[in-house]
Amino acid sequence: MNEQPTIRLAVPQGVLAGEVIEIKVMIQHPMESGYRRGTLGERIPRNIIKFFRCSQEGETIFEAEFHPGVAANPLLTFHMLAERSGILDFEWTDQTGLRWSKQAELSVT
Amino acid sequence: MNRNLPRRRFLQAAVALPASGLLSSAAADAEAGKRQVDQAVVDFFGADRRVRSGRVTVSVPAISENGYSVPLSVAVDSPMTAEDFVRRILVVSQSNPLPIIASFELGPRAGLAKMSTRIRLADSQRIYAIAEMHDGELWSGYGHSIVTLAACVI
Repeated sequence: MNEQPTIRLAVPQGVLAGEVIEIKVMIQHPMESGYRRGTLGERIPRNIIKFFRCSQEGETIFEAEFHPGVAANPLLTFHMLAERSGILDFEWTDQTGLRWSKQAELSVT
Repeated sequence: MNRNLPRRRFLQAAVALPASGLLSSAAADAEAGKRQVDQAVVDFFGADRRVRSGRVTVSVPAISENGYSVPLSVAVDSPMTAEDFVRRILVVSQSNPLPIIASFELGPRAGLAKMSTRIRLADSQRIYAIAEMHDGELWSGYGHSIVTLAACVI
């Protein structure tokens, strides 16, 4: 798999304090279920992302745990109460503990 | 008009006959699916938890042409304030090889208990979502999808 998968974030800009915003995140990953077989009949080993976490300066906002029933290139849409400006951290951890992360700036007026 | 009546009766009978056979096997499937969902709830939330139906809306397409990627949306009726919020949500499949599809953990900072993702479905089935409220109450809801191309498991 790629060293650095494509990560796409959609965080609304110019939001008002107290507003509930919708955040969309997507990471490129095969989410191999471990049930499929290759052309020679061999079982393709499981390779999935297990955890996702969105936080603002250490405060957790939303967490997800994935199982093989989640489709490839997992897309998540969730909501957040925009209270203050700051950096939003998005972090994915795969089954082996490998991590990928990306930040986005949230500006609240 | 009258001439059409026997034709209509015939059609009704033709539709009803196979449907009755289908229904009984569907009922058996539903029973197995119910057990799978109940077991997943016990595994995730612990035993002896009362699950009430309501307050949770699961949206999946009525027909999924591709079981590899089915859009799923879960919404829980909750004000999401510091005093009254949703703590966890479990998404369970009735007939996938692995019942638990995903779980979400949120808190008052989530603002709105509504989320969506894309899932895999191995068969036409119900997809349940069970929400645990801040006070430990469990509420559940489900959506049903007919899958034309199942996500293969072989």
